[in-house]
Amino acid sequence: MECVSCGKCFQLERVINVEFEVIIGLEVHAQLLTKSKIFCSCSTVFGAEPNTHTCPVCLGMPGVLPVLNRKVVDFALRVGLAVHCEIAHYSRFARKNYFYPDLPKGYQISQYELPLAEHGYVEVTTNGKSKRIGVARIHMEEDAGKLLHDERMEADSYSYVDLNRTGVPLIEIVSEPEIRTPEEASEYLKNLRGILQYLEVCDGNMEEGSFRCDANISLRPVGQQRLGTRTELKNMNSFKNVQRALEYEIRRQTNILDDGSEVIQETRLWDAAKGVTLSMRGKEEAHDYRYFPDPDLVPLIIDDDWIEVVRGSLPELPQEKRDRFIKEYQVPEYDAEVLTSSKSLADYYEESVRLFPSPKVVSNWVMGELLRRLKGDDRDIEDCPVTPRYLAKMLKMIEDGTISGKIAKTVFEEMYLSGEDPEKLVREKDLLQLTDEEELDRIIEKVLSGNATEVEDYKKGKSKLLGFFVGQVMKETKGKANPKLVNEILRGRLDR
Amino acid sequence: MKISKEEVEKVAVLARLALTEGEKETFSSEMSSILDYFDKLKEVDTEKVAPTSHASAGRNVMRGDEVRPSLSKEECLMNAPDANKGCLRVPKIIG
Repeated sequence: MECVSCGKCFQLERVINVEFEVIIGLEVHAQLLTKSKIFCSCSTVFGAEPNTHTCPVCLGMPGVLPVLNRKVVDFALRVGLAVHCEIAHYSRFARKNYFYPDLPKGYQISQYELPLAEHGYVEVTTNGKSKRIGVARIHMEEDAGKLLHDERMEADSYSYVDLNRTGVPLIEIVSEPEIRTPEEASEYLKNLRGILQYLEVCDGNMEEGSFRCDANISLRPVGQQRLGTRTELKNMNSFKNVQRALEYEIRRQTNILDDGSEVIQETRLWDAAKGVTLSMRGKEEAHDYRYFPDPDLVPLIIDDDWIEVVRGSLPELPQEKRDRFIKEYQVPEYDAEVLTSSKSLADYYEESVRLFPSPKVVSNWVMGELLRRLKGDDRDIEDCPVTPRYLAKMLKMIEDGTISGKIAKTVFEEMYLSGEDPEKLVREKDLLQLTDEEELDRIIEKVLSGNATEVEDYKKGKSKLLGFFVGQVMKETKGKANPKLVNEILRGRLDR
Repeated sequence: MKISKEEVEKVAVLARLALTEGEKETFSSEMSSILDYFDKLKEVDTEKVAPTSHASAGRNVMRGDEVRPSLSKEECLMNAPDANKGCLRVPKIIG
């Protein structure tokens, strides 16, 4: 069995797997893609000039009344149903009271008792094994403002607050403490984000903070029922960092417990540059949020009709799409996994296959050249200069022999750089496949007479040299020769 | 039910209130008598009564997802005790 900490080395196997069991629970905050805020009509657009998207409601002025954005409920319901939750027919909002400069009202409107959705699950696969991670609850709440930390702002002894984000709708998705390894945690997050993106309710951008994750983690001796003392990890803004922070925290807690000391219950910040978690000790008081039902917001009743309307509008989800790709396009599971990793990539693939119905060929190009180029440029498929139409056109040109498979790589590169039609590029760059037998014959003659020794050897039985001659012809024609024809002509000349 | 001075102090910290020693004494006794009254209410049989969270009988008050104009930056910052560089300014928060 491999180490649960890094998944690669075997050193920690005994320490962690034999003596301690790792218990991880994740809390995800996802910003919903509504146009307006959850309780007022201010815009939610990201990146606006600070403090230009506020109103008396989100500023918490006296006497104002919040009014719930119906779309927030629709979006939260979509997620609840997609992760197999039970939807509460009666749900309500609560005030979570605390003081912080990014929270103008002195409380956050959230849900406490009676959240919108409970008892669902997300399926994860690690090392080829599937497992359901329970979703304890999903509730709606408002986001807080933002403390600005850019250099211009940091030079003095103040903090600067931008309240544009105050009141942007969030859903909080709380997992059961059923995650056992950092790898499972990372898979859970990837799958959950995929679901949110497929549902088109959240853009899933971890760096901009529209998909944020906190982790609770504790260790307990194997066989013990009672949970160990947990720490809460924050500030992990990528899947990689979540995994690294958890791996670090397992080592840290293991060392503490091995020494016979006790883990302190606290919040710790992940420092990605140093690769450690650091205590926030002293910066945070023991929380006592004094939740109570918000009298400004009346209860929310969700009847079966509403639930069924939302259920009927759910799109095909990542897992269903993956299974369908395997069945419908006969691509390997790995291909299906990669191709459905985002909805836009899956759409790109399907559109290409519709235009060029050889699913495996398309898959090879998409997963090979296309993704390699996009990854290298850190680009998303949405920004891919090669459209499905042009990709399909190029594949047709290979199929009908207009260009060679080798030249196709050049054509693809040209298309990627210019976004141009492959036919035009082939014409302009003189990349047509050489199929003129007379011309090929002339070139082959030249190659053979220039390699007399090899020809002798070949005729003595070193038939492997055929590949060498083909290579020479390709070199001579800059890869444009039709390999099938070259083979035929070569054999005809050499074997006679 | 007796509310101790320490409990009053804890509530004061949570509510960001600075209380004098005299006020702490007063609140300790006043809060105690409020809770005593709740003890009295507990005597009523509420077995068949659903908990009330809202005085209003209203349900599902919602609006469509439409953007309306916000306040200007100047208006937003008008009530702030301190503002600078287009932002509310507060004592340095670390982390």
